[in-house]
Amino acid sequence: MNKVMSNKWFIALYIFPALFLVSVLIFIPLLLTGYYGLMEWDGIGAMEFLGLDNYIVAIQDANFWDSALHSFLLALFSTLSLIIYLAVSMILASKIKGSDVLRKIYLIPMLLSSVAIAQLWIKIYDPSNGVLNTILATFGVENPPLWLADTNIVLYSIFIPIIWQYAGFYILIYYAALKNIPESIIEAARIDGASPLQIAFRIKLPLIMSIVKVTIVLAIVGSLKYFDLIYVMTGGGPNGASEVMASYMYKLAFANNDFGYGSAIAFLMLIITLIVTYIVRKLTATKEEIQY
Amino acid sequence: MGRIGYFLLYACLAIVAVFQIFPIIWLVLFSLKDNREIFAESPFALPQEIRWENYLKVWESGIGVYFFNSVWITGIAVLLTLLVASMATFVITRMNWKLSKLVLGLFMVGLMIPIHSALIPLFDMFNTINLIDNPWSIVITYTAYNLPITMMILLGFYYTLPREIEEAAIIDGASLHRLFFRIILPMTTPVLSTTAIINMIYNWNEFVFVNTFISSDKYKTLTVGIQNFVGQYMTDWGAIGATLVISVLPILLAFLFFSNKVVEGISSSAVKG
Repeated sequence: MNKVMSNKWFIALYIFPALFLVSVLIFIPLLLTGYYGLMEWDGIGAMEFLGLDNYIVAIQDANFWDSALHSFLLALFSTLSLIIYLAVSMILASKIKGSDVLRKIYLIPMLLSSVAIAQLWIKIYDPSNGVLNTILATFGVENPPLWLADTNIVLYSIFIPIIWQYAGFYILIYYAALKNIPESIIEAARIDGASPLQIAFRIKLPLIMSIVKVTIVLAIVGSLKYFDLIYVMTGGGPNGASEVMASYMYKLAFANNDFGYGSAIAFLMLIITLIVTYIVRKLTATKEEIQY
Repeated sequence: MGRIGYFLLYACLAIVAVFQIFPIIWLVLFSLKDNREIFAESPFALPQEIRWENYLKVWESGIGVYFFNSVWITGIAVLLTLLVASMATFVITRMNWKLSKLVLGLFMVGLMIPIHSALIPLFDMFNTINLIDNPWSIVITYTAYNLPITMMILLGFYYTLPREIEEAAIIDGASLHRLFFRIILPMTTPVLSTTAIINMIYNWNEFVFVNTFISSDKYKTLTVGIQNFVGQYMTDWGAIGATLVISVLPILLAFLFFSNKVVEGISSSAVKG
């Protein structure tokens, strides 16, 4: 039996396709990004070796650090929004009437493509005919904001649809985790006289803490590499006010044909993401798993 | 909790629900209006007459090609991902070999990678082997980038399969291929349907790879196609609305049909982590 289950040819044959795809399409390109960052290259002609110049310029590039700051702000807002999702999931999972329908409604934005969401919200934010300013006008607001054209608020105007888009995903994860808590534990607490709030904070929250930590990592990492909606809605504008790391990289490489410098930025983005992931994982590491 | 408590609870839930669903209802509404209604009337007004011609117009002006591309690229990439991920997960969880932990770790690192950091070399690689502006570059990229999350969801399920099944099959003289394709793979159907829908949502909506690797209109998928389309119909909001509704409808229907499966699958595997 053990001999059959250690068949080397079979193992090699079955692991090869996955290993090949992941190596060739994910890991080798990542290494190449670091290497291209050492080059002066327009993407078509010959590469010219520069050494660390691109990286040195990138570290002093105020536009890059602005975009990194915007990415970090998105990470902060996404993490804070987890509190709302957690509260909503707790209510939904506590067997209230209509929770099935409500859950499905909450999940819907998750299904839409970023392009569709971007176009939809561009229309919502439309200064003259959009839903938002129409509502504001009925409340008598005279000069409603130019949501996507105002450099002071464009970033936050974009955060709202991003958070809207991902609400369903996190609610789904929390809901599934909460449903896994055995009913007997909750029942025992209730018999002991615990209030619904006590049950939520003292029993449910600790029991799903490991999942909450996973979602914090997901929200932060996801925010640092976020791209789609920003690229479609504003292209990083106006005047770089909504640029994030990925959109800045994309602009450098595919709009300005500066593939060498774009690669250096892409590699810094990778390093920043990995460092932040490592730190967040360390900070949220659990010493002992709760068993139930 | 008293009556007022419940009332407040439902009020909060309703506000969240309205926030989540209203933009989509509004989208459907304006897809059925003409420009005069959209610009002259309140954005909350119902369409005066249902204008299906918006849909007819955008469908006839070429959205069908994008739609068809989305369907086949999504379908093939999902099937490939499920097959390749299942084979790898089977070997990692059920077979005995020294490097299995290390290889698994490699796949899980893939979860943390920002795809944009690999975009420039991928573009260059596909350019070198003439796969730029070829839909197969998209299919293999989707497959590779979906493998880590798919395997993560499959893992939990595979660990729970009883060893006796394998023993019985081997004693009965089944080959390992037969064991995998005829016995194990069919047993994983519930979790496969979860991963299939998650993969479907991702592939159907993917933007950056198609936008970067594909330049011909005939190969574009809906996400990128509608972006161009919106450019052409800049001022015709009804047509834009119809385009967006067409692009979201299939995934919406698929999800409403399978949504309970997704919750089941996620609670039975992934998030136990």
